[in-house]
Formats: sequence, C-alpha cells, structure tokens
Amino acid sequence: MSALLGLGALLDRAPRHLFFTGKGGVGKTSVACATAIALADRGRRVLLVSTDPASNLDEVLGTSLGPTPTPIASVAGLSALNLDPEEAARGYRERMVGPYRGVLPDAAIRSIEEQLSGACTVEIAAFDEFSKLLGDPRASEGFDHVVFDTAPTGHTLRLLELPAAWTGFLEGNVGGTSCLGPLAGLSAQQALYAASRAALTDAQATALVLVTRAERSALVEAERTRRELAELGVTRQELVQNGLFTATDRADRIATELEARGARALADMPAGLAELPQTRIPLLPFGLVGVPALRALLASSAPSACVDVAPREPAPVLPPLSDLLPELARAGRGVVFTMGKGGVGKTTVAVTIAVELARRGMAVHLTTTDPAAHVQAALGAPVPGLRVTRIDPEVETAAYRDEVLCTSGAGLDAAGRALLEEDLRSPCTEEVAVFRAFARVVAEGQHELVVIDTAPTGHTLLLLDAAESYHREVLRTRGTAPDEVRALLPRLRDPGYTRVLLVTLAEATPVHEAAALARDLERAGIQPYAWVVNQSLTPLAVSDPVLQERRASEARYLREVAALSPRVALVPWTAAGREDVAPATAAS
Amino acid sequence: MPTIRVFDPAMCCSTGVCGPTSDPELARFAADVDWLQKQGVTVERFNLSSQPGAFAETAAVKEALARGTDVLPLVLVDDRIAVEGAYPSRETLAALAGVVFRKLPTTAGSATSGCCGPATGDRPKTSCC
Repeated sequence: MSALLGLGALLDRAPRHLFFTGKGGVGKTSVACATAIALADRGRRVLLVSTDPASNLDEVLGTSLGPTPTPIASVAGLSALNLDPEEAARGYRERMVGPYRGVLPDAAIRSIEEQLSGACTVEIAAFDEFSKLLGDPRASEGFDHVVFDTAPTGHTLRLLELPAAWTGFLEGNVGGTSCLGPLAGLSAQQALYAASRAALTDAQATALVLVTRAERSALVEAERTRRELAELGVTRQELVQNGLFTATDRADRIATELEARGARALADMPAGLAELPQTRIPLLPFGLVGVPALRALLASSAPSACVDVAPREPAPVLPPLSDLLPELARAGRGVVFTMGKGGVGKTTVAVTIAVELARRGMAVHLTTTDPAAHVQAALGAPVPGLRVTRIDPEVETAAYRDEVLCTSGAGLDAAGRALLEEDLRSPCTEEVAVFRAFARVVAEGQHELVVIDTAPTGHTLLLLDAAESYHREVLRTRGTAPDEVRALLPRLRDPGYTRVLLVTLAEATPVHEAAALARDLERAGIQPYAWVVNQSLTPLAVSDPVLQERRASEARYLREVAALSPRVALVPWTAAGREDVAPATAAS
Repeated sequence: MPTIRVFDPAMCCSTGVCGPTSDPELARFAADVDWLQKQGVTVERFNLSSQPGAFAETAAVKEALARGTDVLPLVLVDDRIAVEGAYPSRETLAALAGVVFRKLPTTAGSATSGCCGPATGDRPKTSCC
C-alpha cells in the first residue's frame, strides 16, 4: 500500500528523537507505539516515553510502566517509561525536603512540602524530567531511538515551548531575585535546558510527527502546532493521517457519509500541512490495544481479520442524552462539567446540553477552558437564553497581571514595579490566572446554570489538584483571595451544585481513562453525576464490514460503562461527528 | 556596613504573585529590598521552600524556627535577629543597615499617576489603566 511508504521512509531515516503530537483522540499513542515497535522489529534499541499525565501506555502495551525504562516482554529491543508529572513532582519534593528531615522542625518541613505541591511544581518538575531525557545523552544511553508519545496538544506545546521560554527567562533575569516558581534551584540546570533546546531544534537529531484524523478541528490543531513549533525552530516535521475511512459498501449511508466527511476535511487541509511528508493509515475494524494490533497498524497491507475479537454478546440498551435533561433543568442553577479524554466530543455534549436547556426556557451560560475548542463557531446562530464565553489563558493572564499591578503594584516606585512585572512574567502566572477564572465561572452557578466544557483530562487533573492545594493555601495566606476562590472546592464537592458528566466513546482507551478520572474525582471528594457514551454506532444499522466490526466491538465497552455508573446516556453517531456541533440533530 | 539577611516563609517567589492571592506587602518589601541593594547594602534573601539549607545552617534561624513557622519572615543584621514575623518598612530597613533614607518626591509621584503607576509602553492599555 503506497500510502504507508511515508512512514516506512520515516522509519528508514528515523532520527534519534521522534515526537508524536496532535489533538486528543487522533491516535498519537497508537501511532507512536506502532512506530516504536516497528523500529525495534528492525533491530534497533528503542525507548518509548509517555509524558501524558493521563497516559494509557500501560494498557496499550500490556505492561506496567514506571519512571525508569521497563523492557516490553513481547517486543525485543523495546523499553518504555512513563513520565507521570505528579510522580516527578513527588520526586522533586523529596529531593528538596529529604535532606532536612530531622534537621529543620516538622512544621517547617510541612510548609515546604505544601508550597511544593502546587500546579506549577508539577508542570515544571515534569519538564525537568523530560529535559533530562532530551538534553542529557546519558539518560537514554543504550538506546538508538527515543520515541516521545506526548501529552494532549495544549500541554505538549507548553512542555515543548518551555526550553525556549526558560532559556530566555533565565538569561533575562537580571535581578537574580525574580520568580522561578517553586523551583528556583533549577536555574543551576541552565546547561541542561540549553542542550534540550538544541536537541529539539536539530533536524539531524529530532523529527516532529503531527498526527491527525480527517476532521477539521484535528487538522486545524495540527496546523497550529506545526506553525508554533516551526517558529520555535522545530523544522523537521511530518504528517500522519490516521483512521482514514473508505466505504466498501456504497449502500451503507453512514459509511458513505463518514467517507465524504473525511474527504471534505482533507480537501480543506491547511496549506502548511499539505507541504509536509505524508503518511496515510486506514481506519481499522478493531481497537488498538495490545502489541499484535499495533503491529497490524503499520503492516504492509490493510488487515483483513479482526485481531482483537470481542465476545459477541448483545450491547445493553442505554437511554438517550435527553433523559438527563429534566433533572438538570429541575436544578435550575449550578454547574455541569463535561470531562473525558481529548477527542471524545466533550464540546459537542456540552453544547447539546446547553442548547437543549436554553430551549426549555432556562438561562444557560456555556463556557470552555479548552484552548482547542471553538464553541461559538460550532454553535452558529445565537440561541435565546444561551450565553457563550471562553476562558482564554492569554486574556486571563493579561487581566490578572493588570489586577496585581493595580493592587500590589500601587504605590511602588518604578524599580519596585519593574521587579513585580518581572515576576508576573513567570510561567506560574498563567496557571494562577486560569485557576481564578475557573473559580469565577463556577461561582456564577449561583445565579444561572453554567455548562463548562473542560480541557482534556490531564490538564483538568492539574486544575483540580490545583484546587486542592490552593484551597489549603488560600486559608492561610494573608493576601486577599476572592470569595469565589475560597468557595471553589466546597462547591465542586456539593452534588447539588456540581454535576460532572464523564464523556467517552465506546472504545477501550477513552472508557478506561474516564474510569481513572472518575476515581481521581472521587478521591478529591467529587462524585461524577453520569456517563455519556458519545458517537456510538450501536443504535444504528450499518452494513459496511469495517463499521459492522466496530459496532460489534462497542458492546463490551457499553457493558463496562453500564456497570460503572447507574446513570448512563448514549449519543448515536452522526455525520456531524465529534466536532461539528449540530444542535438540530441533538437528542429530541 | 552590616549584611542584611531575610529568611522568607515557604513561598513561590519574592513578590508572591505566583500564589493564589497576591499579597501587596510582599511586592512592597521586594521593592524595598531592591532599593536597599541599590544603596550599596548587601541583602540576601532565602526562601524556605527553595533554600532550606540556609535555614538549617544559620543557628539563630534554626533556633527561632523551633517555635513554629510563624516566626517567619526573619530579618537578620549580620548574625542577630532584628525583626521577627513581619516585613519591616523601608525606613526600618534603612536604619538597620545604617543608610540614610529620605522620602523622595518620586514615591508621592506614583500616587498621582493613578492605580497603575507609570505607563510601561510595551503593553496594551486595559480597562484598569
């Protein structure tokens, strides 16, 4: 299949570092794993690295991974590790605090630990680990290739942008007293950061592989990443079009619609992407979990048999999304969140719910924290009673900076203001600003129903963890915390105020990641309200063999979801897909 | 001239803007330290969360910490604790360091230029400024 030659060519001349990136749900993990396996099968020694806070590499490879390389039993030459940011932060905290246990009083040790448990510690500690692998050849000694399965795009960008931002930041830090977040000690690592940045921008050493699907939003996201990283000097880039579908049964209307939608999206591919070397991978009839399935992904011919045979038990019958609406409408106020893995259609579900509730005459406020979202565009014409806003990190950061300059900066002389402004340029500021905006939106649930389409899972977790540590912090600092910040965690924990909808597809990875998210939420004292299975083929009649196979494979995951939650709703597949919202076709 | 050492509680950065709330007191003190340094005084600042070693190695600080973290911030003049549990004013700092402090018209000037102080030029104006 000539379409696969592209990746074959990439494998032939694969540089030392390969990065896979793309919008959530496009199949980065699958393609990165398949590439790592293919390289190992060619006799290379390969290290596969996941930097995704919500990594499912363990599940995909059938091996339990940790922060150091673990050999994958079924693939000779392949090892993998998982850079869990929380774990990295814990490790960093212990390195900082460990030597002083028993030396400094316990209360002092506790206050250090608390300070080092915020979101920026997590972010930067993870970056530090990542930087070691990239900037220090000894960290990946014994491997010919390091394949990075990076986090969802917004996070990836921050991670990849950091070497440039930090190198510049450290150089520009004239005062020497300025804010490096809780990791001031890291300035000693400047040489390592410079080396990581050099490795990232060296076309001999590093290639960036943008993974997309034949969907408009995935292509737009890939183009944004291409441009931003090219501007940062990452010039060696390739494009993988994953999950391409060609209908074999022309009488299957769903199959022909799916094919036509993909063709339309690809026809409008941004010019910058079209110029990159291309690889095309067909939609497979099975889920990509396990080494045999991953080998089949890059096999020289399209697979004809189902590798991952699902037991042929009937799928449970699940109610439509509209069944959830009466209770949400009855509440009248509060907050509804949609959460889940990137690409499952959180935006679609959030918009559908907001629109339907507004049509029932309610005042609804729809907002998003997802940088990749385009709720307003998706909505088209305004809906009476529905207000749409967005938490834009740049806008929030600018507003927060101004607010601090107006309060803390008032009365300072020019030198003092310059110092304050320098601290406000630190990477922590955005995290703080977005957090405050989030708290503000949640507070608005006192007066109206707020529907929040959250960022992808990993970032959401960081946000909620931030809520936890901020909550502790807020109660003891002397600064003036807005009331909504103080009230945030109690509100999130009140089932009468906050309703979390876990959105998934009827596939292994999205279901298992949503289940992991549910456990994390429960640990934080937040009980998920319901599950929504989006884009399901189960209630539809399909005759195309690939779609029939996919439909059959949904049953086991629908059963799994039904067993996890007493309240489950199902949204059938529509031609509009996971991204282009069509309220007219929403659950009636 | 004595050396001034400031031992801060565990915090994100010297102006405190990275915390969940911005403490104007921290921003004011950061500016005062900067001013004192410009008068030629050696001022060192240690943050408990990033430089715990300095706390452990300074006998007077370690001793004070045994009474709890509320003793922070501590301001030391050479090896002697001069201020405990608060950030001293610019006047007090100047007195501790033995330098002359004179209220300059520039300090009053910032009040007349409104809440946002002198314009920085490179940033777009917002509703507040």
